[in-house]
Amino acid sequence: MSGLAMPKPDAETMRRRAEIVADMRIIVPGEGVVDAANEMRAFESDGLTAYRQLPLVVVLPETVAQVSRVLKYCNERNIRVVPRGSGTSLSGGALPLEDAVLLVMSRFNRILAIDYPNRIVVAQPGVTNLGITTAVEQEGFYYAPDPSSQIACSIGGNVAENSGGVHCLKYGLTANNVLGIEMVLMNGEVVRLGGSHLDQEGYDLLGVMTGSEGLLGVVTEVTVRILKKPETARALLIGFPTSEEGGQCVADIIGAGIIPGGMEMMDRPAIHAAEDFVHAGYPLDVEALLIVELDGPGVEVDHLIGLVEAIAYRNGSTTCRISQSEQERLSFWAGRKAAFPAVGRISPDYYCMDGTIPRKELPRVLAGMRDLSEKYGLGVANVFHAGDGNLHPLILYDANVPGELDKAESFGADILRLCVEVGGVLTGEHGVGVEKRDLMPEMFNQIDLDQQMRVKCAFDPNHLLNPGKVFPQLRRCAELGRMHVHRGQVAFPDIPRF
Amino acid sequence: MTTFTPSSSAETLSTVQWAAAEETPLELLGHGSKRGIGRPLQTEHTLDLSRLTGVTLYEPAELVLSAKAGTPLVEIEQLLTENGQQFAFEPMDYGPLLSGEPGQGSKNGTIGGVLATNLSGPRRLKAGAARDHILGVAAISGRGEAFKSGGRVVKNVTGYDLSKLMANSWGTLAVLTDVTFKVLPAAETEVTLAIRGLLDDAAVAAMALALGSSAEASSAAHLPERIAAKVAGGKHGSDAATLLRVEGFGPSVVYRIEALRKLLGKAGPLEEIAGEASKTIWRDIRDCLPFADGGARPVWRVSMAPSQAHHMVMALRMQVAVDAFYDWQGGLVWLSMREDDPEADLLRGLIRKHGGGHATLVRVSPSHRAALPVFEPQPSHLAALSARLKAEFDPKAILNPGRMA
Ligand SMILES: Cc1cc2nc3c(=O)[nH]c(=O)nc-3n(C[C@H](O)[C@H](O)[C@H](O)COP(=O)(O)OP(=O)(O)OC[C@H]3O[C@@H](n4cnc5c(N)ncnc54)[C@H](O)[C@@H]3O)c2cc1C
Ligand SMILES: Cc1cc2nc3c(=O)[nH]c(=O)nc-3n(C[C@H](O)[C@H](O)[C@H](O)COP(=O)(O)OP(=O)(O)OC[C@H]3O[C@@H](n4cnc5c(N)ncnc54)[C@H](O)[C@@H]3O)c2cc1C
Repeated sequence: MSGLAMPKPDAETMRRRAEIVADMRIIVPGEGVVDAANEMRAFESDGLTAYRQLPLVVVLPETVAQVSRVLKYCNERNIRVVPRGSGTSLSGGALPLEDAVLLVMSRFNRILAIDYPNRIVVAQPGVTNLGITTAVEQEGFYYAPDPSSQIACSIGGNVAENSGGVHCLKYGLTANNVLGIEMVLMNGEVVRLGGSHLDQEGYDLLGVMTGSEGLLGVVTEVTVRILKKPETARALLIGFPTSEEGGQCVADIIGAGIIPGGMEMMDRPAIHAAEDFVHAGYPLDVEALLIVELDGPGVEVDHLIGLVEAIAYRNGSTTCRISQSEQERLSFWAGRKAAFPAVGRISPDYYCMDGTIPRKELPRVLAGMRDLSEKYGLGVANVFHAGDGNLHPLILYDANVPGELDKAESFGADILRLCVEVGGVLTGEHGVGVEKRDLMPEMFNQIDLDQQMRVKCAFDPNHLLNPGKVFPQLRRCAELGRMHVHRGQVAFPDIPRF
Repeated sequence: MTTFTPSSSAETLSTVQWAAAEETPLELLGHGSKRGIGRPLQTEHTLDLSRLTGVTLYEPAELVLSAKAGTPLVEIEQLLTENGQQFAFEPMDYGPLLSGEPGQGSKNGTIGGVLATNLSGPRRLKAGAARDHILGVAAISGRGEAFKSGGRVVKNVTGYDLSKLMANSWGTLAVLTDVTFKVLPAAETEVTLAIRGLLDDAAVAAMALALGSSAEASSAAHLPERIAAKVAGGKHGSDAATLLRVEGFGPSVVYRIEALRKLLGKAGPLEEIAGEASKTIWRDIRDCLPFADGGARPVWRVSMAPSQAHHMVMALRMQVAVDAFYDWQGGLVWLSMREDDPEADLLRGLIRKHGGGHATLVRVSPSHRAALPVFEPQPSHLAALSARLKAEFDPKAILNPGRMA
């Protein structure tokens, strides 16, 4: 991926840069246009920091009318646009292009409405994920999807990536918690999908927009469902001598009809890194550590803790601690939550992957990863959203050693191929972006990809919005629209009636 | 008039390829159970998908099930029940409302039709609709190309979610050949708390209070006076009933019902309905039994913000005679017009005035059906976008042409 091919900069756009910057200042007056290289540095990459690129110009609009005018202006002049929220994407979705306007939505930072009877919040896209919960928590409510980046990432970015978090096993992903959006198409048209009612009328464009990685439209408003906080939450910290036993325990919990609020697993390298870092009291003599959190009324939580404890015991758990206080529950989570920085301490750099697999394939995938780790000579630590099969292998490398980044990337690609091979997918929540773009053919054939690109054509026929992301090769819409007539075996008038 | 009845994906593909080459439209049928909804079609040929059957993968521990699109829903639901699982989105059965005959057995709809019409039920409020549970599809576009989207795992953001796009597309974008759904454990215990005798506004307030608490009701419906007598064979009487369903593990259900009793004790007299009796009530509400009278008077399904819908109904009543009841905390309104005129413009105007939403005319006489937009008309930019999307999937307009128009 280091030799990543991005769309060739448009010479005409590059030549007219000064004029474009001046026009942007007319559309977005005041501080909203940044064109000095040193000031644009802050925007040159997102959470996938191996890739950096200064944009043509950074524009920070404040109103929907400004967004609409910027997009219409760019559409008419064939200028590319890359939307950006908080820039925490781990797949390079917000990576700038040299010839593109970087449209930063961070000044859209207001909560527009809080409606408790209907349990919804209407927010501008630049509001942080945690900002929504903060706005309603004094009334005991919260917004359920909770990516670990929730203090920083924007709700608009969450929609664009269909982000998940620990609580998504029980409460759903972004897609299941968003009721409506307002968005601006590349041609400047403003469209509303859904709203404070359930189910969008007509085609489920809201469903397609969620997870579309900024390629279909710019989100300018989001309506989300909020939930009442559960009365209590308690967690179990369970250790197993093998990952098979841990995996079977997860399957049995679900088989017993229990959907925990969160269910996370770590492998030995991750456990050790986390324990060394935060001293959470994790057992160091186990191969797999499971954190199971149960939330709801106290009686329910107590009842389920008993069931889960018995299931863990039956599956050969060697340690099983049950949180007796809120403080202890948080200490169980402290290691898991600090897993990324903890791994950051034991290795100069790490590369976070995001495949999803059918849960039962966990032992096979972990074994495969150990083999790959030997082959590439790089370490790997695993944290795992065990309930829904979403795996985050952290590949350890040193960017200062020539060739190691390439090696880490090849290792990562092999892990994702393995995920697809066992019936899983390339990305569970971080998105394709530029990172997994060239791996898309591992999962989709050309017909599948063409049909996805045709959806893009309905929204943005000139491929101006966030090009170079998601699709390995962008095909022109006119070409994609051409019909190749396959007559099939059926011929009129002898139509077989099967 | 030819009916194609393919029994494999390959046969389905060659039929669609033939139709695309000939540019001749097809009407897509699962069991034809919702044929009464949407614009009537006049296609020469019919693509009957009811022989494209079979559950191809079911792994209860992985919470996943795949089936050919023509598999009868009842067959799948039976299999899930045997394993203590369910579709949490509780797909409704239009049979009773549209044909006046409840329980059409194995002709009660196909799993492809469930997705194509984005079915749901009273648990929509908490668990979502078909769109929230679909994981992957294989389908054939109107271009005559077989494509797939999604997969068999719950967490997946690889590429655009074309599976969700199939939800509520009414067979106008692609022919589904395979679907993969998330399945969930069925609740161990179910109890319904009924508050009797409330008027609409008090009922809506009580439901909002309940849903705003941590009692986690999975459904909330309000059956006004007399309509209450039309569920569960009338055995709960005809006084208005505001119903809250609590599901889960036994001790938790007991506790949460008690919490709701404390919260709502002053709202009106309370009753508890447990087990099978509770299930019957929610099935009848799900299938719109109060209006399943075998007649053809117009029935609307309206989705609005829960706090707004009853105001709209009140305003409507000032002008026309209607019967109404509410699901989804008040946000889903089933409306039955007392006269033959569906009053589409009046109703839709009032919906817009009360915060927006949408109305679908699910039952209507054939003459009105041909003349009216049965689905909510869209604002111009959105309508244009939808039309462009349709053209990208079905450029020759051979799949259910005009169905959603
Ligand atoms: C430490 C760390 C932990 C993380 N943990 C998680 C996790 O637990 N779960 C998870 O799912 N993700 C996680 N992420 C990834 C990331 O936080 C999410 O993808 C997040 O949703 C991105 O939001 P953002 O505002 O930063 O978007 P950006 O990074 O700015 O952009 C992401 C994509 O969205 C598009 N975009 C942004 N705003 C808009 C808009 N208004 N309209 C249209 N398109 C837009 C961009 O073009 C880009 O393609 C983590 C990241 C970090 C750095
Ligand atoms: C007027 C009327 C009369 C009825 N009479 C009877 C009866 O006599 N006997 C009986 O048993 N039941 C009858 N029913 C009830 C019916 O069987 C059920 O309501 C059932 O739920 C419908 O599901 P389906 O699969 O049949 O969907 P359908 O109604 O066939 O399809 C719904 C929509 O989804 C589309 N669709 C279906 N499958 C696919 C696919 N694979 N890919 C893409 N799009 C697809 C269709 O084109 C259509 O737009 C009747 C219903 C009506 C409306």
